[in-house]
Amino acid sequence: MTDLMTHKIRIATTSLAGCFGCHMSFLDIDERFFTLCEHVVFDRSPFTDIKHLGEHVDVGLIEGGLCNAENVSTLREFRDHVKILVAVGACAINGGIPAMRNHIPLKECLEESYLVAVGIDSPQIPNDPELPLLLDRVRPIHEVVKVDYFLPGCPPSAEVFWTFLTDLMAGREPQIPEAQIHFD
Amino acid sequence: MDQKTLTIDGVELSFDPRQTIMEAAAAAGVYIPHLCHHPDFKPHGSCKLCTVKVNGRFASACTLPAAEGQEVLNKTLELNQLRTRITQMLFVEGNHFCPGCEISGHCKLQATAYGLGMLDSHFPHFYPARRVDASHPDIMLDLDRCILCELCVRASRDMDGKSVFGIAGRGMESHLVVAAESGALVDTLIEVSDRAAHVCPVGAILIKHTAYEKPIGQRRYDHHPIQAALLQEDQGD
Repeated sequence: MTDLMTHKIRIATTSLAGCFGCHMSFLDIDERFFTLCEHVVFDRSPFTDIKHLGEHVDVGLIEGGLCNAENVSTLREFRDHVKILVAVGACAINGGIPAMRNHIPLKECLEESYLVAVGIDSPQIPNDPELPLLLDRVRPIHEVVKVDYFLPGCPPSAEVFWTFLTDLMAGREPQIPEAQIHFD
Repeated sequence: MDQKTLTIDGVELSFDPRQTIMEAAAAAGVYIPHLCHHPDFKPHGSCKLCTVKVNGRFASACTLPAAEGQEVLNKTLELNQLRTRITQMLFVEGNHFCPGCEISGHCKLQATAYGLGMLDSHFPHFYPARRVDASHPDIMLDLDRCILCELCVRASRDMDGKSVFGIAGRGMESHLVVAAESGALVDTLIEVSDRAAHVCPVGAILIKHTAYEKPIGQRRYDHHPIQAALLQEDQGD
């Protein structure tokens, strides 16, 4: 962790099968973001609009679980490039609300959404080659790559982000206090 | 009568010879994590969260009678790591989606996980297909969240005198069933005033029309650490 102490920490973030709520909660650290930016620099992230990770990234924050093939390749790119990979929020940790489709066959999900649901105009199941293929089940990220830290919550509160990042900036092992642990 | 004593984590406490280790601990204000134990019902000993070390051997605190001179270990790193793994297994075995659950904030499984510092589910999720029974006008049965603690089975049989609930199947196939030919809750004798309707530690048995009555921040376990809240309940408050 010594280079983390002397250089700015490079952080990358992404939202996979998530709602961006975790990113919004991250921004809820409000003016502390200025303090944060004295110590960190953002790599690939919706905050920077950088599309691919740089060579040496210290921390990757992953919001959302895995619902399609693109999620899996993005997650693997993160794991390949970051030192510390963090599962952020309920969906990254256990699949979350998207995983509530898991006991319904994928075909039935698609038919319900695009063919038979009320108010559908020209029913068809989208099949453009640009669209990533859906997985049969939504998966939490620890089932595909090794995850180093978990920040639970839907979303994790701004305080959880701040605790984790300040611990990291100070070179301490991140420790989320019990009062900040929430699954909702 | 001579006061009998045992120690928990090195602290001496006295007990009544009819008490289990769990009861002696609760009476002395010592929290031992548990889910299937409830002071109003016969011990069941199935969830194993209350596993302690008694004179060097693992035992369930809720079923083992307290005895003179026992040296009980409770709040140790080893035991709490075992308890965390048990809790994680309960989470992955069912469908526990806290953000969308009516009982979130009032749930003993969730609060127990908080108390143990559980941050992730560790194991691969099963995502089982479980039944939801909304047939009863006042009571909802969502087996996605059932942890098979049998508190409803015991409450309905021993307190309500109705035996509405039972466990069928074995091993991975174990599941909660209701006493009705149709298999529907509405065809059983259960009423909303029954103890069995209110004893579920998770969100498997819910009273309809009461969801989300308390906003986030005012729910049972929002600010009370699980230890304090559960001890209060166990001591009858």
